[in-house]
Amino acid sequence: MKIVTGNDLKTGAVIWWAGDGWSIHVADAVDAGEHADALAQTEQAALRVNGAYVIDGEATPNGPRPAHIKERIRAIGPTVRPDLNLKPADPAAGSWVI
Amino acid sequence: MYKYDKYDQSIVDARVEEFREQTARRLAGALTDDQFKPLRLKNGLYLQLHAYMLRVAIPYGTLDSRQMRMLGHIARKYDRGYGHFTTRQNIQYNWIKLEEAPDILADLATVEMHAIQTSGESIRNISSDQYAGAAADEICDPRPWAELVRQATTFHPEFSYLPRKFKIALTAAEEDRAAIRLHDVGLKLVKNEAGELGFEVYVGGGMGRTPFVAPLIRPFLPADNLFSYLEAVLRVWNRWARRDNIHKQRIKILVHEIGQAEFTRQVEEEWQAILPNGSDVPRVEFDRIAAYFPEPPFATGLSDELDRSDPDFALWLDQNVAAHKRPGYAIVNISLKPTGGIPGDISADQIDLVADLAERHSFDELRATHAQNLVLPHVRKDALYGLWQTLRDAGLAEANLDLVTDIIACPGLDYCSLANARSIPVAQKIAARFADQGRQRELGELKIKISGCINACGHHHAGHIGILGVDRKGTENYQLLLGGSGAEDASLAKITGPGFDEDGIVDAVEKATAVYLRERVEGERFLDTYRRVGMDPFKEAIYG
Repeated sequence: MKIVTGNDLKTGAVIWWAGDGWSIHVADAVDAGEHADALAQTEQAALRVNGAYVIDGEATPNGPRPAHIKERIRAIGPTVRPDLNLKPADPAAGSWVI
Repeated sequence: MYKYDKYDQSIVDARVEEFREQTARRLAGALTDDQFKPLRLKNGLYLQLHAYMLRVAIPYGTLDSRQMRMLGHIARKYDRGYGHFTTRQNIQYNWIKLEEAPDILADLATVEMHAIQTSGESIRNISSDQYAGAAADEICDPRPWAELVRQATTFHPEFSYLPRKFKIALTAAEEDRAAIRLHDVGLKLVKNEAGELGFEVYVGGGMGRTPFVAPLIRPFLPADNLFSYLEAVLRVWNRWARRDNIHKQRIKILVHEIGQAEFTRQVEEEWQAILPNGSDVPRVEFDRIAAYFPEPPFATGLSDELDRSDPDFALWLDQNVAAHKRPGYAIVNISLKPTGGIPGDISADQIDLVADLAERHSFDELRATHAQNLVLPHVRKDALYGLWQTLRDAGLAEANLDLVTDIIACPGLDYCSLANARSIPVAQKIAARFADQGRQRELGELKIKISGCINACGHHHAGHIGILGVDRKGTENYQLLLGGSGAEDASLAKITGPGFDEDGIVDAVEKATAVYLRERVEGERFLDTYRRVGMDPFKEAIYG
């Protein structure tokens, strides 16, 4: 699947294209398909996202999983500070990233 | 330490307001990301993996308690309760909101701090010896000279759009604690036979993708000519730098490609040409700056005797406390490398505590080190035990300075958008493997430095043991290097061979230490043994 991601303009938070807007949760990401690049450009031009780009991902029973470890770390937070992560209480977060 | 005059304050305040306006224009859509990026970088604001990151300059690593408390305030109010000391003696915050960045800069300006030239193609924070002004082995305090260079190069129009970033280190001691030969320009204060003050000038060192140890291009530059000579160096680089190729833009590439002799010839020629322009800073201006660095009012008649009956205290004394130039005083190193911790990270509460200790015990001075630790430079020996107890209770008394667990590590893939692999977990695993105090001491001085990519922010080229994280088909992989040094015996580490996964690199480090223990002779450090026996025994143990 093609996932569109970027950072929130004001806060810098990592965000994911969720079909009808942006979400901070990768679980909300949708497959933007062949329109992914155009979508990234349009959203960036409209100042709804900063530095938008397209990544590869995989649809899993637990939701979208970015293909590259860098994007998985972006999705959750630093692996060395689980207390700051989006899923701080999730014991599976580590294996999901690595 | 230096204090802003009305001109310093007004230009920093004006810069804050300029950035506030630029930020507002960006948020309103009047500036595109491409237009805004160079503007935010000129104010130390990056966009990293999880958020904006702000890098705050700590000139030559020196700050006072008021400034330290402001760093804690920023961590608490604008970030997530902590900051990260870097290998350039700066501090950076990982969770900054763009809309709040101008307010942070305004807060910093109230304590004479900023983030100017901590990013972009500029002359970066001048780094120096963290023991400056206190070291028993220095010929003078190098900080007035570092401050002079800072002032002369801040907003200098000729050096505002350099081919690439430019890093200067300046020291005055025989022992190199600032890695001067791994900088674009390294300056060492020396005296000639007539007793006159001058500089050894090293140019063309650096780490990154193509590491070099800087050659000495001038063994004695009269101190009063420091700025004109620096200007000549920068001009020659500015003239010939490969602006067409980002990987060949640094001055080290130019020095290497045209050769030390030709580079030196051109610098000397340029220097002679510009000397009549009078660009050197007048001695009276240097004296004005130097007056901000008076020696603290040290007490006299103090004893050097210490009660070492508490074994944990004695351990810390031996490892983390260095000789001071004055009787009855000591230099205290505060390790930011607790076992299981993140190298260089410090909480807001710890920041406040260290500020209090600096105020109470060190004439209101403290230092950040390029090894991501902190220093209280002037502590009375009769206050050391109480100080240690306070540090211990706050988790700041790890007795591991320069030992195997005192690891330099860049933020790596946990935070950095350039990184290929994580650095911090590797540092944590190595620290856990060697956590035993007796084992650390048996190994002695052993500097491990870890970078998460080829940019080498973790100084892996200069590690006795260096580790470089790479991306191998989407998987983290770690190369092992041996034999580097950032000290006065500077050298570049060499890659041992094929890389390892995260657990494998920890095993490889352990095997390397086993070779050292087997091969060493009396008095040898790990680095000495490696230099004597060479790479082969290590390769055999690691890959055999």
